[in-house]
Amino acid sequence: MTDDVKINAPRRLSEPPFVRRLLITVALAFIVLFLVVPLVSVFTEALRQGLGYYFQTLRDPATVNAILVTLIAAGISVPLNCVFGVAAAWTIAKFDFPGKNILLTLIDLPFSISPVISGMIYVLVFGAQGWFGPWLMEHDIRIIWAVPGIVLATMFVTFPFVARELIPLMQAQGRTEEEAARVLGANGWQTFWRVTLPNIKWGLLYGVILCNARAMGEFGAVSVVSGHISGKAGALGTNTIPLHVQILYEANDLTGAFAVASLLTFLALVTLVLKTWVEYKNIGLRGTAFTPVPVGKRPH
Amino acid sequence: MAKKQNNVLPGFRLTLGYTLVYLGLIVIIPLAATFVKSSELSWAEFSHTVFSPQALAAYRLSFGASFLAAAVNAVFGLIVAWVLVRYNFYGKRVVDALVDLPFALPTAVAGITLATLYAPNGWIGAWLAPLGIKVSYTRLGIFVALTFIGLPFIVRTVQPVLADLDPEIEEAAASLGANRWQAFCRVIFPMLSPALLTGFALAFARALGEYGSVVFISSNIPMKTQIVPLLIMSELDGFQYAKATALAVVMLVISFLLLLAINLLQWWNNRHNATSLA
Repeated sequence: MTDDVKINAPRRLSEPPFVRRLLITVALAFIVLFLVVPLVSVFTEALRQGLGYYFQTLRDPATVNAILVTLIAAGISVPLNCVFGVAAAWTIAKFDFPGKNILLTLIDLPFSISPVISGMIYVLVFGAQGWFGPWLMEHDIRIIWAVPGIVLATMFVTFPFVARELIPLMQAQGRTEEEAARVLGANGWQTFWRVTLPNIKWGLLYGVILCNARAMGEFGAVSVVSGHISGKAGALGTNTIPLHVQILYEANDLTGAFAVASLLTFLALVTLVLKTWVEYKNIGLRGTAFTPVPVGKRPH
Repeated sequence: MAKKQNNVLPGFRLTLGYTLVYLGLIVIIPLAATFVKSSELSWAEFSHTVFSPQALAAYRLSFGASFLAAAVNAVFGLIVAWVLVRYNFYGKRVVDALVDLPFALPTAVAGITLATLYAPNGWIGAWLAPLGIKVSYTRLGIFVALTFIGLPFIVRTVQPVLADLDPEIEEAAASLGANRWQAFCRVIFPMLSPALLTGFALAFARALGEYGSVVFISSNIPMKTQIVPLLIMSELDGFQYAKATALAVVMLVISFLLLLAINLLQWWNNRHNATSLA
């Protein structure tokens, strides 16, 4: 990403040293104030009442239950969106058909919708007063205020993540390698497993990392469909980790809330490290799932 | 189109079909349900909800706070992007990776952290309290939360464009007698402005819909500190689905218009880059 020519530019193409120092100071001050201080404070607040209380909160059945619900939601939504991402990227990158730009925009849609609305639309379809509400009630199937609703809301908010990572990547790779495989006698699946998949594996991993971070951290959409039923030992509740943070915070257990929040913060840091590592391996990847510049139209 | 008949690759119908079915089930049908549900309301009921004083105050606050947050991010985001691309300093790679923290950190964590930091007894709030500045549970707090979640957008849209700028253009400006400030204002800034505007629009759109980080730092008092997503949530909590749907339709239409604007900006951005680098 850095260009040595620009960094070691001759004087007339660079700024005076005091301007450089001033700009670096301003940038660092902004980053420290808005990113580093909050990051440090999460862990400080979490350990305020000592390690004993910290681990006691994390071992609490309600916390363990919330972790379980989060793992279920991410465990279902990430693989499904992964399969969708590969299918969508294959059809968009390898074939020409009318309406492709509309399809690209529709795939991006969940990015531009408020999390609260993302959860609400499922209440309108599956809730007690929704389209399928009466039918679901007759058959004793619970979707809203139950785990399936949480899974659906998570699927919606993470819907574009893998697709928008893979589409530009596969568009850039073109279809000549796959065509060669076909001419040499490979069938469709062989072409996909032996040629396409090795080519897109980093992009796929990248999309999965970002998708998983959002799936485990989503709050607004999940909050609407959850119903906030606390889990007990033996009975799965409807609180994910972020929802459990809210419950502890609102019960004035600040240290407990931050202890659980520190798990999510740790996940965020691991995500950033993995993301940076994949980018280091692949200069072309830029994390457009985090910065949703429209697919296929971003600057190269 | 002509290539299609020559295309030897299989799986077009399978993958297109799967893409459309999945898209339809997860995104299109539930979204359509919102519009259908809202059409059950008469115009009088609809307008009574979406133009109520409480709703109007929420729009004003949402738009105002989102605009201010995106504007502050435009200034500091540009400086951060500039410093990351042009200068070397200790810890640069860490800073570069950290910029994405607001995307990676769940919004609920950001919310409780900022609310605690800026509370009158918090690390930052304790410094501001003697000056009479209250942040947590006021409109200023909403602005701080929206600034936090919008931070990466400007940096990440400007950074690649700045890195790809052809040094020869600045060379030309310098050899024609421009000093650094003139070169920046007249040459570099105009070339960055489409990316800057795209980043601004993305940050603004994200801030309009934000819920998780704001719910903790705002006191959520109607007419005072209630943004639109919080208003929708409070209608949902009271089982006022018709009202919530009406407000959601207004927000969805605004989001679609913003998405259209962002797509047009992006198109302008690419054309701008294509012509300036040709």
